[in-house]
Amino acid sequence: MAPNNEADRIEGHWSKTRNLTFVILGLWFVFAFVLPWYTKALNAYTFMGFPLGFYFIAQGSLIAFVVMIFVQNWFQDKIDDEFGFHEDQ
Amino acid sequence: MFRLQGRLVDNLPKVYGLYTGGFIIFIALMAILDKMGVSAATIGVLFVAFTICIYALIGWLSRTMELGAYYVAGREVPAVYNGMATAADWMSGASFVALAGGIYFGGYGYMAFIVGWTGGYVLVNALMAPYLRKFGCYTVPDFIGTRYGGNFARLCAVIILVVASFTYVTAQIDASGTIAARALNISYETGVWFGLAAILMCSMLGGMRAVTWTQVAQYIVLIIAYLVPIIWMSNRQGFGIIPHFSYGEAILRIQELEPLVKLGTKATETFAGRSILTVPQMATGAPLESWKFATLALCMMAGTASLPHILMRYFTTPSVRSARKSVAWSLFFIFLLYFSAPCLATLTKLQLLDPNLPTAIIGKPFAEVANLAWIKNWASVGMVAISDSNKDGILQINEFFMRPDVVVLATPEIAGLPYVISGLVAAGGLAAAMSTADGLILAIANALSHDLYYKMIDPKADVRLRLIVARVLLVIIGVLAAFIASLHITGILGAVAWAFCFACSGLFFPLVLGVWWKRANRQGAIAGMIVGFVAGSAYLYYVQNGGAPWWGIDGLRFGMIGMPASLVSMVLVSLMTPAPSADIQKMVDDTRIPTGGTILEASH
Repeated sequence: MAPNNEADRIEGHWSKTRNLTFVILGLWFVFAFVLPWYTKALNAYTFMGFPLGFYFIAQGSLIAFVVMIFVQNWFQDKIDDEFGFHEDQ
Repeated sequence: MFRLQGRLVDNLPKVYGLYTGGFIIFIALMAILDKMGVSAATIGVLFVAFTICIYALIGWLSRTMELGAYYVAGREVPAVYNGMATAADWMSGASFVALAGGIYFGGYGYMAFIVGWTGGYVLVNALMAPYLRKFGCYTVPDFIGTRYGGNFARLCAVIILVVASFTYVTAQIDASGTIAARALNISYETGVWFGLAAILMCSMLGGMRAVTWTQVAQYIVLIIAYLVPIIWMSNRQGFGIIPHFSYGEAILRIQELEPLVKLGTKATETFAGRSILTVPQMATGAPLESWKFATLALCMMAGTASLPHILMRYFTTPSVRSARKSVAWSLFFIFLLYFSAPCLATLTKLQLLDPNLPTAIIGKPFAEVANLAWIKNWASVGMVAISDSNKDGILQINEFFMRPDVVVLATPEIAGLPYVISGLVAAGGLAAAMSTADGLILAIANALSHDLYYKMIDPKADVRLRLIVARVLLVIIGVLAAFIASLHITGILGAVAWAFCFACSGLFFPLVLGVWWKRANRQGAIAGMIVGFVAGSAYLYYVQNGGAPWWGIDGLRFGMIGMPASLVSMVLVSLMTPAPSADIQKMVDDTRIPTGGTILEASH
C-alpha cells in the first residue's frame, strides 16, 4: 500500500519509476547497440528464413522498441496508481 | 452534406474513417481513369491537387484565435491521433523517398538510420515526453528557460533550435518542390514556392491545431502510398500478401547473386548524382563497421529525443499518461513504414538482379534494356543512366547508374504496376515532406514568437498581438527556407543527419538532466548548450574542410563530439557553481509526478 506521508510517497514513486526506466534503458542498449554490433556473427544463424543479424536490424530490434514502450507504460501506470498519482480524467 | 454533432475531437474516428474511405474511392476512380486511357501526367496532377486541397480545407477549418489552440492544439489531442500526427511529422520526404534507396545502396551501414530513428523513441518515452508534458510548456526553450531560469539560457536554446530545425526544413521544402515539380510538370523553382504555399495554408490560420489535424490526414495518405506498392510487388514475386515476414529468401538469393554479377566492380564512367551498386547487402566485417553503425545510431537516437518539432507534439495531449501512450502509438505508426523500407529495398534489388525474373536488367542485352519504358522515362529526367562502358553489348552491374530516390519513386514502374500507383506514391512523398516542413516551421516560429518576442522582448503583449507576431514569423521563416532551398545547396540526406547532430550536441543533456539531475543549474546548462553546440559545429567545419575524421566520426555523426563535450562541461560547471534554489528543486520534484496542475499553468 502507498505510504501516507507525502514525502515518502513521492520518494517511493520516484525510486520505482527510476528503476523501471533503468531496466528499459538496459534493454534498449542491448537491442540498439549490442545485437547490431554482432550482426556479422549473428548472420551465421537463420530465423524465419532471414539471416539473424540482418533480421534484428531490419525488424527484430524495431519490434522490440515498440513492445518496450508499451510495456514500460503499462508498468508506469501501475506505479502511478500504486502511489496515488493517477490523473483524474 | 455530412454534419458533425458536437466538436471535432469527439468525432475523430468518424471523420478520419470517412476521409480514408474517400481517399480509397479516389484511388479507385483514378484507376478507372487510368484504364480509360487518361494520360499518366493528368493522373499525377489530380493526385497531388486533390490531396493538397484536402489539407488546405482542414487547415482552414481549424483556424483559431486562441493561444492554447494555436500553440498546443488546446491540449486535447487523443493519444492514437497524436501518434499518427507525430509519425507524419517525423517521417520526412527523406524517410519516404530516400530511406529504401539508402538501404539499397548502403547495405548494413545505412540501416543504422532505421535502428536510430526508431530506438530514439524509447529515449523520448523514458526520459523526456511525460515530464515535459507535466511541465506544461508551449515550446522546448520554454522548459529550459523555466527550469534553469534566466533569459540567457532560454536564448541559447532558441538559437540551437533554430539552427537544427532550419537545416532540416530546407531539405523538406526541397523535397516537396521536387515532387510538386515532377507531378505538376512545373519548374523546380516554381515547385518550391508552390510547396511553400501549400505548407503555409496548413499551418498559418490554425497553428498547432491545424497542423495536428492535417498531419493525421497526411499520415493516412503516406502510409497507404508506401505499403500498397510493396504488397502489390510482393504478390507478383510470390512472397505472399504481407512480404515483411517472408522476404528472408530474397536476402539469401541476393547474397548468392552478388558474386555472380561481380558486385564491387568500379564504374569507368560517372553521371552526376547517380551511382552504381557496389556495397553488398550484408555486413562484411570491415574495420570500424560496427563502430560506425553504433555511432550513427546513437546520434540519430539522441537527436530524436532533442528535436523540438517532435517533443512539442507531446505537449498537445490531455494528460501525462496520454503523452506516454501517444509516444507508444507514434513509434508503432513509424515502425509500419520503417520495417517496410528494407523489404522494399530488397525486393527492388532482387527484381533488377535476378536473371530468373522478367524484370531483371543486369546481364541482359544492352539494347533491350535501353528500350524499357521506365529506363527511358527516368533517364530523361536525369535520375537513371545506362552506358555500355565495356562495349560487350550486355548491361553489367557497373554500367547501371541511378539516384537513390528512384528506388521508391520508380519501383511501381519497374515492377510494371499501373500508373495510378506512381501517382499515389507522388502524393505520399508530398504528404511526408509537407507534414515535416509544417511541424518544423511551426516549431521555429513558435520559439521565436513565444520565447524571444513574448518572454524576452515584450512580456506585456496581448493575445491578439502575440498571435499576429507568431503568424508573421511563420511566413518569414517559410519564405526564407524556401529561398535557401531554391538555391539547392545541400543534399537532402546530409542536411537531415546534420539537423539531428546539431540538436543532440546542444540540447540532449540540458533537457535530460533538467529532469533527471536536480543538482543541474543554470550555469551548467548554459555551458552544456554552448560547449556542446560549438564543439560539434567546429568539428563539422573541420571535417567538411578536408580534416581527417577521428575514429571514423564523419560529418554525419558529429554529435559524437558535441554530446560528450556537452555532458562533461555541464556536469563540471554545475558542480563548481551553487546548487539551484529550493524552489527549483521543488519544481523538479513536481515534474516527476503525473498529478497536479502543470508547472507553467500560471505563467502563460
